[in-house]
Amino acid sequence: MSRYTQVREIVMMNLRSVPQRLGASLVIVIGIAGVVGVMVALLSMSAGLEKTLSGTGRDDRVVVTRGGSNGELASFLDRASATLVKQDPAIARGADGLPLASGEIIIITEVPRMGQKTGANVTLRGVEPAGFTLRPELSIVEGRKFRPGLREIIVGQAASGQFAGLEVGTPLRFRGSTWTVVGVFSTGGDAHESELWTDAETAQSAFNRTGYSSILAKLAASDGFAAMKERLTSNPQLNVDVKTERDFFSGQSGTLTTVIGVLAGFVALVMAIGATFGALNTMYSAVSARTAEIGTLRALGFGAMPVIASVMAEALALAISGGVLGALLAYVLFNGYSVSTLGSGFTQVAFKFAVTPRLVMTGLGLALFIGFVGGLLPAIRAARMQVTSALRG
Amino acid sequence: MKYLGLVWAGLFRKKLRTTLTLFSLVCAFVLLGLLQAVNSLFSGGADFLGANRLITQARTSFTQPLPMRLLPQIEAVPGVARVSHSQFFGGVYQDPRNFFPQFAVNPQRLRDTYPEWVLDEDGWRRFITTRNSTIVGRNLADKFGWKVGDVIPLNSFIWTKTDGTRIWEWEVAGIFDGRNAEWQKRAGLMYLNYGQFDEGRAGGKGLAGVFVVVVDDPDASERVAALIDEKFENSPDETKTQSEQEFQLGFARQLGDIGLIVNLITSAVFFSILFLTGVSMSQGVRERVPELAVLKVLGFTDRAVMGLVLAEAFALCFIGALAGMLLANFSTRFLPAEFPIETDLRVWMIAGISVVVLSLLVGVPPALHALRIKIVDALAGR
Repeated sequence: MSRYTQVREIVMMNLRSVPQRLGASLVIVIGIAGVVGVMVALLSMSAGLEKTLSGTGRDDRVVVTRGGSNGELASFLDRASATLVKQDPAIARGADGLPLASGEIIIITEVPRMGQKTGANVTLRGVEPAGFTLRPELSIVEGRKFRPGLREIIVGQAASGQFAGLEVGTPLRFRGSTWTVVGVFSTGGDAHESELWTDAETAQSAFNRTGYSSILAKLAASDGFAAMKERLTSNPQLNVDVKTERDFFSGQSGTLTTVIGVLAGFVALVMAIGATFGALNTMYSAVSARTAEIGTLRALGFGAMPVIASVMAEALALAISGGVLGALLAYVLFNGYSVSTLGSGFTQVAFKFAVTPRLVMTGLGLALFIGFVGGLLPAIRAARMQVTSALRG
Repeated sequence: MKYLGLVWAGLFRKKLRTTLTLFSLVCAFVLLGLLQAVNSLFSGGADFLGANRLITQARTSFTQPLPMRLLPQIEAVPGVARVSHSQFFGGVYQDPRNFFPQFAVNPQRLRDTYPEWVLDEDGWRRFITTRNSTIVGRNLADKFGWKVGDVIPLNSFIWTKTDGTRIWEWEVAGIFDGRNAEWQKRAGLMYLNYGQFDEGRAGGKGLAGVFVVVVDDPDASERVAALIDEKFENSPDETKTQSEQEFQLGFARQLGDIGLIVNLITSAVFFSILFLTGVSMSQGVRERVPELAVLKVLGFTDRAVMGLVLAEAFALCFIGALAGMLLANFSTRFLPAEFPIETDLRVWMIAGISVVVLSLLVGVPPALHALRIKIVDALAGR
């Protein structure tokens, strides 16, 4: 028999005998399923958050905030600056001839999460009428738009799922006045869906504010950004930061994804070490259960390589099934699961866990690695057995 | 106790298997210890905070500063002993990565409400009498090498000065310590003199931030909190008053349901280790059936043999868990001060319960197997 046929025969024979050692073999499968499941689930959390934040904003829209502020919350633009910014020639004009720019005001409110009493910070965004024309991706999915001048708000789809008391028709109390939820909006799954929206001027009067937190403007031509940035930042009457909307939001996922990444890495590492010991255990006992069989094979003239290959194949096959099981569990249990966390704007960002193909591949890679390490030493032991003593069993 | 040797011998009959199983157990309990320590931190960890301090914030959100005129009104509420106020400053020292919190406070009021901070008389006097003064926690001062008299420039991402710049300079009046080890760990923040801050800022003059209220009687704190909130009901500045502990926990809860995530991971770890140890234990007993039969021949009762197997399972889980927990405990010391997690009593209790449950689950099936061994069949190898 050629070496290849030897390997093939012995591997098949070995794999067919796995069911006889089912209990011990399941140790590898379950151990690795645990590692891969936990790792994929944790990483799908940061993948989901990143997807939400990087999916927010477009390149042809510009966010203007106060210079040096690290987000909309810390930013403040007075009315004069806002008007000046809106007059920039790079900004597109609407059908009415007015600039397509919306002065927006950010107010943090506390709304309890579903089933909790303590409030979570939720953004209340006051937008000007142009804010709707500017964002064609926005649609009202339930109820209607708020009417300017009335204390009415619309809530993002994600926010209405995460926080309590945001159903259409429910009253909300903020700062001594009662507001009514009149609609639910969708912006295609981006970060704005975690917000509550109302009319900018209503918000200004209700919260005793003047001016705006930021200005969102649509560019007339997509190449107008650099010139606009240059004009606004060099204008001595203004002190502003100018970013494209996409850059503005994608710069926000950093810290949290790092924290989750470190956590996932650490948990996966320790679990993987534990699972490797488990795999070693299983493979050593598999080898010792097959001692007589391996001795016979060697006596019949099978080489050391096929024996190593058979043990490794068993370990890897078990590992990969564990990996698939774990990834599958993570997918079934967590993909699309929505949660919210504190974003960099110090308010809640709701997002969905995203089990991406890349994460599954990472998980399977880890599974194979554990299987490889767990199979290698026992395989070498199997290959080194003395034929005579192995035959005695 | 006299069977200890026998348990030991049984356990290490297959040295390799037991050692590998032990290593897996150690890994599992390292994770269990650390994860549950995180859970302790988020679920009730702030219990070092005095029960007699309340935080009064704007009802809308603590980021909305309350006006200073509320201060005498809060002071007038029966049961209130002291009131101070605190405004988050949001300054950056040199590099955004150096972030540490700073609060603008009234120095005398801070001293009255936070007796936990220890500073010499001169330091307090300088802080109270110098307009542009700051006091810094010992940990911060050590990190950046600050001394009394140094001027620290902070670039605030929130507050602009009247001259349009955002660089504020603060002179170190003193370096404070915590009253005990618990508070010493938290001496990583900076207090700024409100006088200079309020005079210097371009907008928001007269806003105090949140109020810190000390009550006479900790048992009455809930009643006092309700009285304060009642006072400002239906005004433009509605308040929300809660214990300092609740306020701190609120921050942690903002991050999300950390408890749920941690518990899910813990259960995945526990399930994996349960299965792994269970298989290892029952393999061990299966291989030793003839030996256990010999023990029965020698006069060990069925129950004694069952007890031996159970003791083995317990010893295995116990040793693994103890080593894992000690390792977890040891490693928390090397975490940076921002992650003050500890394997506290609660964590050890959870570990203890896990050991008992685990050893029962993995020990009982093989123990029953051992109980049912028939001497004749076993010796005949049937």
